[in-house]
Amino acid sequence: MMKQYSDLEYLRLSKWQKFLYKIVSFFCAIPRAIGHFFKNIGGYIKKAALAVVGEFRDIGVTFVHGDWKTKVSYLVMGFGNIARGQILRGLLFLLFEIVFIVYMIVAGGHWMAMLPSLGKQGPTQDYNAVLDQYTTTYHDNSFKILLYGVLTIFFIVAFIYTWRLNVKQNKLMEQIIKKGGKLKSDREDLRSMVDENFYKTLLALPLTGILVFTVLPIVFMILVAFTNYDGAHNGFSNNLFTWVGLDNFNTLFSWKSAGGGQSYSATFGEILAWTLMWAFLATFTNYFLGMFVAMMINKKGIHLKKMWRTILVMTVAIPQFISLLYVSKMFARNGLINLTLGPQGLGWFKQPLPFWEDATWARVTVILINVWIGIPYLMLITTGILMNIPADLYESAKIDGANAWQQYTKITLPYMLFITGPYLLTSFTGNMNNFNVIYLLTGGAPTNPKASGAAGSVGYTDLLITWLFKITTGAESQYYLASVVGIMVFVVVALISLVVYNVLPSIKNEEDFQ
Amino acid sequence: MSKNENTSKRHMGIKAANRLSNGFIYALLVIISVIWLIPFVFILLQSFRVESTNQVGYVIPRQWGLQNYKNLWTSDFKRWYLNTFIISLASAVLVTVIQLCMSYTLSRFRFKLRGPLMRFMLILGMFPGMLTMIILYRVLADLGLTQANAVPGLILVGFASSGMGYYVSKGFFDTIPKSLDEAARVDGATRLQVLYKIILPLAKPIVIYTILTAFMGPWGDYVFARYVAFGTSAGYNVAVGMYSWLTNDQINNWYTTFCAGGVIVAVPVTILFLCLQKYYVEGVTGGAVKG
Repeated sequence: MMKQYSDLEYLRLSKWQKFLYKIVSFFCAIPRAIGHFFKNIGGYIKKAALAVVGEFRDIGVTFVHGDWKTKVSYLVMGFGNIARGQILRGLLFLLFEIVFIVYMIVAGGHWMAMLPSLGKQGPTQDYNAVLDQYTTTYHDNSFKILLYGVLTIFFIVAFIYTWRLNVKQNKLMEQIIKKGGKLKSDREDLRSMVDENFYKTLLALPLTGILVFTVLPIVFMILVAFTNYDGAHNGFSNNLFTWVGLDNFNTLFSWKSAGGGQSYSATFGEILAWTLMWAFLATFTNYFLGMFVAMMINKKGIHLKKMWRTILVMTVAIPQFISLLYVSKMFARNGLINLTLGPQGLGWFKQPLPFWEDATWARVTVILINVWIGIPYLMLITTGILMNIPADLYESAKIDGANAWQQYTKITLPYMLFITGPYLLTSFTGNMNNFNVIYLLTGGAPTNPKASGAAGSVGYTDLLITWLFKITTGAESQYYLASVVGIMVFVVVALISLVVYNVLPSIKNEEDFQ
Repeated sequence: MSKNENTSKRHMGIKAANRLSNGFIYALLVIISVIWLIPFVFILLQSFRVESTNQVGYVIPRQWGLQNYKNLWTSDFKRWYLNTFIISLASAVLVTVIQLCMSYTLSRFRFKLRGPLMRFMLILGMFPGMLTMIILYRVLADLGLTQANAVPGLILVGFASSGMGYYVSKGFFDTIPKSLDEAARVDGATRLQVLYKIILPLAKPIVIYTILTAFMGPWGDYVFARYVAFGTSAGYNVAVGMYSWLTNDQINNWYTTFCAGGVIVAVPVTILFLCLQKYYVEGVTGGAVKG
């Protein structure tokens, strides 16, 4: 167990010690936090149970004390609104109820019933007497069952929420009427959609999009991690897929040799280690070199500032697939560099340089080319911030006799780190998932022969994200494994973000900016 | 010999040192500029090479000509270019609308679910987006929006969840004083009127930034475009199409054509970008500072 410092002792620590102390104490606090959670779990359950009971009691009380309009509303949603003059709201409630009931009868019930099994009968070969041949008949479709099953669950939750809202509104209306108040008319309702409730109007479209095209797919893919969905079990045209529990997680973390090569956990560990190393190097090389270039251009007495910036910004402006693909071919075995400088050209080296054939060469080259791509962004970002550092800080430092290096480490760097702390975090996690640079440059090459048994032909420059992509595109398309890898990416990113957020000083109150 | 002369000597020393370090910086900047521009100059030069179509050990063409550009015209490139352009244009409009709605709301309104909503989107963003492609591909396939019909599919998927990228423009809206809104509200303006009469005119830089990034995004989109087009050339965008020219069995026939295509793709985007550079810088700087 680590030593706990008092406030006074903590303040006496150097900056690095403080930083380390924060990190260590974060991890030391985890067991306690977990213990805390379990100790309080009874309390949480009690709280949740009380909340549910409270809701039910409120529903019951509203029913008992409500007038007949309220009571009818329990069955016919929106009746209370219509009967009390809020036609528009009432009709919307009613419409939603009708759509829901029709959907559940026509389709939803079927999907829900199939969800536990993900389909009972796959495609069959039936003898067709008319054509005198065997034809394939498709029956259940696991993919659709899972997809629409999840969608139906969403729908049911939405319905319960809306029904509860309907009950609450009835109660509210009765209270208002009892007090002699006036209910909002339809006109006022409509007007409020562009006024105090304007946020609902504005958010409706974006949130629907996110719900359907991000939340639903992510829930679906998390569930796929617990099935055997792959190219050979695609759920409709060859075999159905079904629930397999935690098997896929066992596969990824097993120590057993996979297909003659090393075990899956070893392959996963190697890729994860390189992913983290890449993210770290890519983020910090770009950060410091970008800052350095920005400081050079910003320096007093340097002319043509705009021109230098514009030249660098070219790599931002030109689409990455052109610049990266071109550079990738430039460094290839029979690419421009080897042909001009190598044995066939100027003869600077006897053998063609193995930029993409050797693991270490490839990794170093990828990082260097990433510097070429990344410096301009950092230069743009840091230029503005550098100019905001108060000049008198430097003046007084100069008077105290600080040289350029001291000015940099004592003024510039702390200021920059403080301001750009959150950016560094997003940039780190962004680099972990930097598909474009790796895939367009190397496609993961060179191949890692030890990992031959793992899915998706793993290479030495593969990140988790490119591996995930390869797993889903090969002939076998092991979607379930891709899904497990995706979940692991999430876990790693979330863990890093959590640690950094707890350590960073510059997570300020967002209201400070306003 | 006085103190005065001494100080002036020291001044001279500092000046000389300054000039020396400036000279050093100029040298470094020239080297950097060369490294940054060389690949682009090479692409341009090689796009005019007509004596061979593979990678060669020299840069300046021995025979100049426009054959590669003519090849573009006869290949599927036209179609890819059109596809990309349509997607970019559509997403420039739709993504901008969605992102502005989202960021304006989260910056200006305080409602009960605002905090949970932002935290939820932060967590959602930690899932690799690629994970969702598998299912979105199948859904689009069911809707008939893949392969040759990839363009509407890509537009739909591109703008539907673009609300997640609200951070940069929210940061900008946060810097517009709220007192402006309140003053207008006191005068009886509705929230809608506040938005389009007061906020939008002030938000011109961020609107341009959003349009620019939304337009440029699809030019470089490779992964999802490849998924959705699924081997059907008519549904490719430029990135997927031109990638197929550089595979190991194609590169010797298509290398110089790739260079020509690269020029045609890069020139309009680069000009657009350089014209609007000011707004781009404002956007990325603001985004980085506010996290």
